[in-house]
Amino acid sequence: MKVIKHSFDGVIVGAGGAGLRAAIEAAPHMKLAVITKLYPTRSHTGAAQGGMSAALANVEEDNWNWHAFDTVKGSDYLADQPAVDILCKEAIDAVIELEHWGLPFSRLDNGKIAQRRFGGHTVKEGESPAFRACYAADRTGHMILQTLYQKCVSMGVTFFDEFQVLDIKIEDGICQGVIAYELATGDIHIFETRAVTFATGGFGKIFKVSSNAHSLTGDGPGILYQKGIPLEDMEFYQFHPTGIYRLGILLSEAARGEGGILRNKDGERFMERYAPSIKDLAPRDMVSRAIATEISEGNGAGPDSDYVYLDLTHLGAETIKKKLPDITDFVRTYVKIEPIEEPIPVQPTAHYAMGGIPTDVHSRVLSDEKGTVLPGVYAAGEAACVSVHGANRLGTNSLLDIVVFGKRAGQSMVDYVTQTKPNNISDSASDDLSKKIQNLIDKEHTDEFSVANIRKDLQESMEENAKIFRTKETLEKQTEILEELRERYENVTIFDKSKVHNSELVEAIELDYLLDMSEATVASALARNESRGAHSRQDFPDRDDTNFMKHSFAFKKDNTANLKYKDVELGKYEPMERKY
Amino acid sequence: MDINLKILRYDPESDRKGHWENYIVDAEPEERILDLLHKIKWFEDGSLSFRRSCAHGVCGSDAMVINGENMLACQVLVKEVGNPIKIEPIRGLPVVKDLIVDMEPFFDSYKKVMPYLINEKEPGDRERLQSPEDRDKFEDTTKCILCAACTTSCPVFWTAETYVGPAAIVNAHRFVFDSRDEGTKQRLEILKDVNGAFRCRTAFNCTSACPRGIQVTKAIEDIKRETLLNS
Repeated sequence: MKVIKHSFDGVIVGAGGAGLRAAIEAAPHMKLAVITKLYPTRSHTGAAQGGMSAALANVEEDNWNWHAFDTVKGSDYLADQPAVDILCKEAIDAVIELEHWGLPFSRLDNGKIAQRRFGGHTVKEGESPAFRACYAADRTGHMILQTLYQKCVSMGVTFFDEFQVLDIKIEDGICQGVIAYELATGDIHIFETRAVTFATGGFGKIFKVSSNAHSLTGDGPGILYQKGIPLEDMEFYQFHPTGIYRLGILLSEAARGEGGILRNKDGERFMERYAPSIKDLAPRDMVSRAIATEISEGNGAGPDSDYVYLDLTHLGAETIKKKLPDITDFVRTYVKIEPIEEPIPVQPTAHYAMGGIPTDVHSRVLSDEKGTVLPGVYAAGEAACVSVHGANRLGTNSLLDIVVFGKRAGQSMVDYVTQTKPNNISDSASDDLSKKIQNLIDKEHTDEFSVANIRKDLQESMEENAKIFRTKETLEKQTEILEELRERYENVTIFDKSKVHNSELVEAIELDYLLDMSEATVASALARNESRGAHSRQDFPDRDDTNFMKHSFAFKKDNTANLKYKDVELGKYEPMERKY
Repeated sequence: MDINLKILRYDPESDRKGHWENYIVDAEPEERILDLLHKIKWFEDGSLSFRRSCAHGVCGSDAMVINGENMLACQVLVKEVGNPIKIEPIRGLPVVKDLIVDMEPFFDSYKKVMPYLINEKEPGDRERLQSPEDRDKFEDTTKCILCAACTTSCPVFWTAETYVGPAAIVNAHRFVFDSRDEGTKQRLEILKDVNGAFRCRTAFNCTSACPRGIQVTKAIEDIKRETLLNS
């Protein structure tokens, strides 16, 4: 197997919003490479729809402190409040900066950036829904991704497209480089570097029905987890209330921000019962649970009573065309109904990982629950857990997270690189990985141990046992299933033996990380005997601040995880009951 | 129901040229063509190679020729294309393996038109103002996902690979008609070249092919007109 060596000061893994924003910050100050398993513009940031919140106050009075209050309350008080303050305060400049770089925001009549309402965002700490989400129609993520990539093109940033990251090399606690596999050739590349940022996105493919791209498999968190770095708050996984029935394709909360209403089979606006003040614009965890409850109580629609309706019919053709063009096109394409005239069948869909690689507010990776910094290693975006989202992320705060903490990751890389000298990575640094890949290619293929069969069983079982509602029983059952799947994975085989674009080989590598993510998620969920935010234990239905006002840190141990905990950093907002 | 798929395969490590292979796949009418390709890859022949990521028409990975027309495999359903279904790689770019083509020439053309905001003026602490009417002038071309469906449906591009192609012109349009941008002169200089917008013969293939519904031919015409007005 051919091995090619490169030398850079810094390497960013992943070219979605967080990776590109970090690159823009770091590139002028060092020899930098961005490696991505896709082309940058294919990254899933581009699928984000509704908006990016910032208290610009373009429509009505607003204040970043209110944004912070909403974020903390939305997080069910698990977010670290100093980090949330940074997120909401820096949001304003982050939006303006994107506008200056050319982002085509939708506009108000006075020419300022348009803002819309979104779930959980309120004026004056809960008084009424706030116009805070800055948007570009319903393709805000697409515009952010395009704008950041355009900026990188103008700066001449170096990209290695379609390179699958395989490993990070750390010696004596110091980062030496990363190893990657080139899809087009099957060659192994050693990137000698002393600063690495992981911005690899989420891992929604652990579930069967998901809004996530096929490529979202937790590669960055998986690589670090296998190196003994813990994963933080993995039990908190967000299910978005409005995925297209069966397909899981996202229909933005902007649909409800613009006035859309959820209805059960009888046409009842059921959110009035679950969140009397802000109704359909309650945070996602609450709305998803409400839908799941309606369905389990027999109020679901359809022959299997397993979905509810998102009703946009009263919004009028003009609003839909102007403000929700893309998502209504998805409905026409995949469901073949006209959303101007008919309500849309929806069900909750696996959407966003609140948990991930633990970092401090400078995007520096932490190697334990005590806050020990791992030198030269950074993480940002969905792959990371700062934590600004706590137990439940508010809509629009992820696009904010990627630019605010992506920038901070870039700054931290610059600080580190200017204070350290280049290192030397051994030419044999990739030998173990070359061998692993060769073994995978040499092994005879059998259906029982095929990537797709193991992954299918993983996704179906996670869907059944670890989704919106969980109990000790379902989680223990899933722990056993994961052990069996891990055993099967040890013997995984692939049919494709070729060097050029062997995407089956890449899927086998990704499956390893999917298993890691599932193991950490289930172990963390089993240990948290309370319900908070997106983590809902039917056997422990209440929040337990006495015992669980803390972040979990899952350390990989055999096929499960060892749990340790760190206290939440509180601030000016006292935990209270979360009602809307 | 059984669907008959005919796929143009090519393995650079063993084939001298492409060959057709037949597959019978059990599928529902509502399934995406991408779902059928996955069924083959995951449960029948793992060597079948194609790009994909988001699976709902926004990432632009899986443009291919389906029954003779450029489409995204994740955006078209079985019931829309009938049976049998013929699938080939997009045309005009070198085939690397099966349905995967070399995208580098495509992205090189994109980069040629300076696809980024050019404005040297200090913007100040707040957003630049732009009226909704000015914002509307380039709304259509902001939708581009760089999937290459337009460029690889263009008969001029098939015969002249030096032509920048519809996608690059669409991305130039997105900035030329943005009231905040000041790079129009430089871009039009590039686009009035022999390999620029005037190479277009208004076949409208690009407009039919665009999975985002962009009026691609109109955007090219806008650029041609702007070039004449500026010269």
